[in-house]
Amino acid sequence: MNAPTLPRAISSQEVRRRRTPWWTILVLSLVGLVFLIPAYWMLTAAFKPNSDIYQWPLNFWPETFTWDNFSSAFAAAPFGRFFTNSIVITTIGATVKVSMAICTAYAFAFLQFPGKKWMFLGILGALMVPGHVTLLINYITIGNLGLINSYAGIILPGLGSAFGTFLLRQHFLSLPAEVMEAAELDGAGHLRRLFSFVLPMSIPAVVTVALIAVIDDWNEFIWPMLVTNTVEMRTMPIGLMYLKQTEGMNDWGVIMAGTVLVVVPMLLLFLFAQRFIVAGLAGTVVKR
Amino acid sequence: MTVTSAPPIQRRTTPPPLEPDQPQRTTVSAVRKKRNRKSYALFALLAFPNMILIAVFAYWPVIGNIFLSLTSWDMVAPTPLFIGLDNYTRLFTDPDFLDVMGRTLVWVSAVVILSLALGLVLAFLFSLRAPGTPAVTAMAFSPHVISGAAVAAIWLFIFDPNFGLSRAAFALFGVDSPSWTTDSAWALPALIIVAIWKGVGFVAIVYLAALQGIPHDIQEAAKLDGATRLQIFRHVIMPLLSPTTFFLTITQIISAFQSFDLIAMMTGGGPAGSTTTLSWFIYEQGFQSFDAGYAAAASVLMFVILLCVTAVQLRYSERKVHY
Repeated sequence: MNAPTLPRAISSQEVRRRRTPWWTILVLSLVGLVFLIPAYWMLTAAFKPNSDIYQWPLNFWPETFTWDNFSSAFAAAPFGRFFTNSIVITTIGATVKVSMAICTAYAFAFLQFPGKKWMFLGILGALMVPGHVTLLINYITIGNLGLINSYAGIILPGLGSAFGTFLLRQHFLSLPAEVMEAAELDGAGHLRRLFSFVLPMSIPAVVTVALIAVIDDWNEFIWPMLVTNTVEMRTMPIGLMYLKQTEGMNDWGVIMAGTVLVVVPMLLLFLFAQRFIVAGLAGTVVKR
Repeated sequence: MTVTSAPPIQRRTTPPPLEPDQPQRTTVSAVRKKRNRKSYALFALLAFPNMILIAVFAYWPVIGNIFLSLTSWDMVAPTPLFIGLDNYTRLFTDPDFLDVMGRTLVWVSAVVILSLALGLVLAFLFSLRAPGTPAVTAMAFSPHVISGAAVAAIWLFIFDPNFGLSRAAFALFGVDSPSWTTDSAWALPALIIVAIWKGVGFVAIVYLAALQGIPHDIQEAAKLDGATRLQIFRHVIMPLLSPTTFFLTITQIISAFQSFDLIAMMTGGGPAGSTTTLSWFIYEQGFQSFDAGYAAAASVLMFVILLCVTAVQLRYSERKVHY
C-alpha cells in the first residue's frame, strides 16, 4: 500500500486514475467485446452479400454493402405486416395496460372499499402465477370467446396488470399527503386529483411501467405464436421463424436482416430511456 | 424512485361549487354513507376491470389446469373425458418425462448458478468505475431488453460450424467447431451459454446496486482490523449481499423454468429431445400432440414447483437480517 503522506488536494480525476489499475480496463474491454461482437456480427451480416458470408476464412470486415438481405427478408415473409401487427398490439396493449394500472393503483391508494386489503393481496398473488402455466387454459378461454387469430386474442390475456398496479400504488402512497389533502379541501374531484396532482408527480414511475409494458409486449413470443394461425397475424419475433430453414442451410444474411428489424426498435428505446428501463427492471427489484 | 421535479401546485381561486344533488338537511352518517357509496362505485369502476382480467387470465388458468389435468382431451372432442389421476401416474412413470425433469434441473441450475456467479464478478468489475464503465454496463444489460427469438437467431449464426464465429474461435486451437445445435451433446450447453449471455447483465446491475449500498466504512474497518481482501469478500461483502443473492436466485429460477423462445428458435426441443425442458414439454404435449389433459398435469406440476420456490422467498424475505 501507499506510504502515509500528508493529505493534499487532489482532483477527482486524479483519484480515479490512481485507483484504476490497467488490468481493470483490459478486463472491462474484454467484457465489452463479449457483448459487442455478437451485435457487430449480426449487423454486418445483415448488410453483407452472400459471397462475403459464405467464405472461409471468415470475413470480419465487410467489403461490399448491400440492402439485398432486407428485400429478401420482405420477399420471404410479410415483414411489413409483422411490423404493423407488432406496433398495433404493442401500442394498444401497453396503453390499455398502463391506463388500467394507473386507475387500479389510484383506487387502492386513495379510495375505500370493503375488503380492499384482501383484494390487493389478490392482485399481488397473480405475480406468483407463472405465465407458462396459463397458456393452455387461456388458449381455451380465448377460443371460447371466439378470438383466436385476432388482435384482441393476442392482447387480452396480458392486459391485467399486477406488477404495474403494485409499483404505481407504492408510488402514489409515497406522494406528500398534504398535497392530496389540499386538493381535496379545494374541492378537486377524484378525476381532477388524478390528472392534476397524482399523475404529474408520478411521471418517472408511469414512464417506467409503460416502458416495461412496451418491451414485454414487443418481445412476447409464445402467446402470439399460439393464438395466431395465419401468416398475416404473426408478430415480429415470430416472423423470424419464417426466415429459418427447417432443413438444409440457413440464409444467414436474410435471417440477420430480419433480426435487425426485430431488435432495433427496442435498442433505440433502451438507448434513449436507459435510466427508466434499468430502474424499472433492476432498480426496483420487483419481479414481474 | 424519487420525483425529480414536482410541478407547482395551482390553488383554486374560486370557491368550489356546492354539489347540486346534496340535500340541505341530512344527518352526518347519511352523508357519509352516501359519500361511501359513491366512493365504492368509483373504486369498482377503476379497479374491477383490471381485477376481472387478472381473475380470468391468471387465477382461472390455475384452477382450470387442475380440472383439465384430471381428463383426457384432444382439444377437439366436445367434452373432456374424466380419467382421475391417470395423467399424473403417467407423468411419474414415464421414463421420458423423468429425463425431462432431470434435464430441466440441469438447465435451471446451470443457468442460475453461472449467471449469478458471472453477474457478481461483473458487478465487482463495474464497481471499480474504470473509464468506459457506463458504456459497458449498458452493453451488458441490452440483451435483456431484446427479443429472445432475436438473441437466439444471432447465436444460431455464431454457432454455425461452417460459417459462424464458432468455427473461427475453434480454429485458433486447431480444432473443428462442434455442431452445437444439431449435436445432442452440445445443444443444451449451447442454450445455457445463450441464456447466460442474455441474462447476466441484469444480474450484474442488480448486484451492482446492492454493492453500492454497502457503506464503505465497513470495509475500511475490516481492513484496519487486518482482514485480507479475500476475507473481506468472504466475511463482509458476501453476507451483506445475501438478500440480493436470495432474490436473484428465486427470480432467475422462475424465469429459467419458463424459458421458451430460445429453445423454440434454436433447437425446437431437439435434437432427439436433448433440449426438451419442462416448458417445452408442456408446449409439445398441449399444442403439438394435442394431449391437453397430459399437458395440464405437467403445467400443474410446474405451478407447484414454482409456488414452492416463491413460498421459500416469502418465508425468508420477511426476515430483516440475513447475515
